[in-house]
Amino acid sequence: MGFLSRFSKPTPKLERLPSGSFSVDALGRVLASTLPHAFSSVYMVEIGSAVLAIFKEAREAALPMSEIVVRYGGIKITARELRGGAIIFLKPKGLKPYNA
Amino acid sequence: MPTAHKILLLDDEQDLLDLYRDVLTQLPSRPEIHTANSGARAIALLESEPFTMLISDLRMPKMDGLQVLSIVRRKFPQLRIVIMTGVVDEQYRSRAYAMGIDLFWEKPRTSEEITLFRDCIESLLGQQEDGGFRGVQSKSLVDIIQLECLSHNSSVLKITKAGEQGNIWVTEGKVIDAATLTLGGEEAFKEILSWKTGSFEILPGEPDHPCVITTSYQGLLLDFAQTCDENKGSEASAQTAACDTKFLTRSPLAALSKVDGVEFVMTVPADEKSEPLSWGLENMGPVATWTRQTQKRLRELGERLQAGDLKQVEAIGLERHIGIASRGDTELCVGFKRTLSADELYETLKNISIKWAS
Repeated sequence: MGFLSRFSKPTPKLERLPSGSFSVDALGRVLASTLPHAFSSVYMVEIGSAVLAIFKEAREAALPMSEIVVRYGGIKITARELRGGAIIFLKPKGLKPYNA
Repeated sequence: MPTAHKILLLDDEQDLLDLYRDVLTQLPSRPEIHTANSGARAIALLESEPFTMLISDLRMPKMDGLQVLSIVRRKFPQLRIVIMTGVVDEQYRSRAYAMGIDLFWEKPRTSEEITLFRDCIESLLGQQEDGGFRGVQSKSLVDIIQLECLSHNSSVLKITKAGEQGNIWVTEGKVIDAATLTLGGEEAFKEILSWKTGSFEILPGEPDHPCVITTSYQGLLLDFAQTCDENKGSEASAQTAACDTKFLTRSPLAALSKVDGVEFVMTVPADEKSEPLSWGLENMGPVATWTRQTQKRLRELGERLQAGDLKQVEAIGLERHIGIASRGDTELCVGFKRTLSADELYETLKNISIKWAS
């Protein structure tokens, strides 16, 4: 069996899309988060930077905006402008609200 | 069945637009009210469908009322135009009237003023049905000719309508000749009479002008009336169909812009060398750049997160909302009125996106 494993393809690690929120300051630094620890902070910084850049470029294009909703096939990202920074909500698609 | 009049309200203040809309929808003729908060948007709307009347503010950012007026008067000569402004200045009033407006009105403040304003607008809409010429809107051209002939006047009636011009020579109460750019004699006379709106001047008579028309003015008018009666039914339906086709084919984006709440529509090819197409948008370049950058950034982010395809983006704006959807290599960027709720924005963008794809 060890011989056969040489021919098997490596399967990509499937990341679970998280649910929760986090906030970033005007420089894109993560201030607070309710996301699981398993979700890399690198991703949070990337999301934060993208959102802050979109808000900034929108202002430059004379389209000032306070909120942006990005819908992917697997997740919905909602970002609200917050004094130069932003609060960002992640909600994987198909996730139902928890009813106790 | 008579169609409802369409009024376009232009003002940069959304609250005032909402107020005027409420006031005007209560008119006895039940007009259809549309609104625009910028000159570019108003012109785009006028190009997309026929309107009866434009009610415009004077003081607006980017394109002011007089600039809008100069474009609208040239492109849509049949449109009734009312200026309603808080700027009480005789110079503005004179300039606006010189540019061919129908009414200059100070923004109403009391309930009495609002009632007067409503009455005036209703009256103007009524005049639209009857036709009429700027300056003497209660009179048709037939009335004017009859007056000239009955008074045994000698004059030249110079009639101008949307780039066309016609003259009718009256000498001692007799119609002796008529001419348009392409026709002469009785043919030209009938052609000019068929113009329902326009502007006219009465110039001094030309007694030496040759007599080309020998039929009496009563005979000419009777002949014209009979021709009108015969053609009325078929012509009306043909004109409506031609008009609708003209307006629908003018811009491929115009059909999308008719969705309620839409302020502008723009398609942006991913290739930066290709020109975006827009409808109702003033600053197309910066908005197109922002759309491209945003979509590129979000697609890269989606790949990093393994979040699936980027479906659509909705942005809640301070002045207007924005929605972006994609099809192939082209992005569709739509501007919405800020009065739309987040749920309405999502649904409307989804519907427009489907319409665009089909």
